[in-house]
Amino acid sequence: MAEDYIRLTTPLSDEDVERLKIGDRVLLNGVIYTGRDAAHKRMVEALDKGEDLPFDVRGQVIYFVGPTPAKPGKPIGSAGPTTSYRMDPYSPKLIALGLKGMIGKGGRSQEVIDACVKYKCVYFGAIGGAGALLAKQIKKAEVIAYEDLGPEAVRRLEVEDFPVIVVNDVYGNDLEKEGRNQYEVKE
Amino acid sequence: MREVNVSEVTEAVKKLCMDANYYLPEDVYNALQEAVQKERSPVGRFVLEQILRNADIAREEQVPICQDCGLAVIFMEIGQDVKFVGGDLKEAIYEGVRQGYKEGYLRKSTCHPFTRANVGDNTPPVVHYDIVPGDKVRIVLAPKGGGSENMSRVMMLKPADGLEGVKDYVVQRCSECGGNPCPPVIVGVGVGGTFERSAFLAKKALLRPLGRPNPDLELAAAEQEMLERINKLGMGPMGWGGTVYALAVHFEMEPCHIASLPCAVNINCHAARHKEVTI
Repeated sequence: MAEDYIRLTTPLSDEDVERLKIGDRVLLNGVIYTGRDAAHKRMVEALDKGEDLPFDVRGQVIYFVGPTPAKPGKPIGSAGPTTSYRMDPYSPKLIALGLKGMIGKGGRSQEVIDACVKYKCVYFGAIGGAGALLAKQIKKAEVIAYEDLGPEAVRRLEVEDFPVIVVNDVYGNDLEKEGRNQYEVKE
Repeated sequence: MREVNVSEVTEAVKKLCMDANYYLPEDVYNALQEAVQKERSPVGRFVLEQILRNADIAREEQVPICQDCGLAVIFMEIGQDVKFVGGDLKEAIYEGVRQGYKEGYLRKSTCHPFTRANVGDNTPPVVHYDIVPGDKVRIVLAPKGGGSENMSRVMMLKPADGLEGVKDYVVQRCSECGGNPCPPVIVGVGVGGTFERSAFLAKKALLRPLGRPNPDLELAAAEQEMLERINKLGMGPMGWGGTVYALAVHFEMEPCHIASLPCAVNINCHAARHKEVTI
């Protein structure tokens, strides 16, 4: 791995996320949780009913992913990020509860970016379509909730040097916007 | 008439599901390698290199290139001198998908549109049947991921919009997509026919080998112009900034109604998977 990586271990603190800026490459270690469309819907419905979430989100990182089934002898199948905007309606609620990081691909809504600033949360991008490569950094996986959702169930993952890049930091910056400004060729 | 047992179709479809998900087509791999040379952003080059490494791992270990193993889109070109025996052809195709996605450890992604309950076996596939001369059956299977499909659109342009209107619409659409469809993408453009025909043409355009322009010189020039304009937007690989957002624009065209100018844009992620077999 390149030397310009920042290594972080979950759970993340305010100080951890405050030192991150857009474009920073980060290697995540420790436990992260998976959740995508259907799981987010259920989690927010649970909150609205005053019920507990499948895991305490404080300091945690949610990875938007629905992996392929694990081949025998492997902890997980291919496991790259899914498109994040579909989680935009749900993310601010989880961020307000103390979620410190999300991993996905593509851009986020202004509401999510604002929540990231207000409550100090970072949106990381992982390389979409690199599911075989990313799965190698996942050492353990177990379904902890919503098993009936199949690939969309909530999983607890143990990751080692899981490579991500900071797309939205706690200062309101956006890598998609900045990157585009830098490379756009104006006629 | 040549008899083809539908069990052969099941076997073929099953294998295509697995092979298409494990092995990135060579033309796509080569285009990604060229993109590394063209890309000016260091982050963009890093992304492209990782995508190539990912394809290597998938091929060597026979695991899916992407966790989104897609809806199975299947093009059946059936020779008019073929007679299917041994059962229901449609069911045989579905069974091939069922077996391929199960035995290949592929993700099942079909669900009820509202309850979102997973169907569990990745059926139904999307099957396009075409009758052609001859006594062969050609099956092309293209797993289509949701991320890039979600970014696709059909626009009923006005005839007055013309070719310039088509080009502007395609560039505008890509500009709105950003990192969502897993760039570098392949852009399929279908113009002509009816509403649904234009979408079909755009999908078909995605299957054309990369680096092969439309044989019509005017359309080939339009493909090139759109590609350059899209890449000048600066969105780059994964939308994190850079000079390679699209690997190619493929433009297919047919006559349309005198009142219409249907224009479909079907976007494919860099994992532009497709495999074919002829029985």
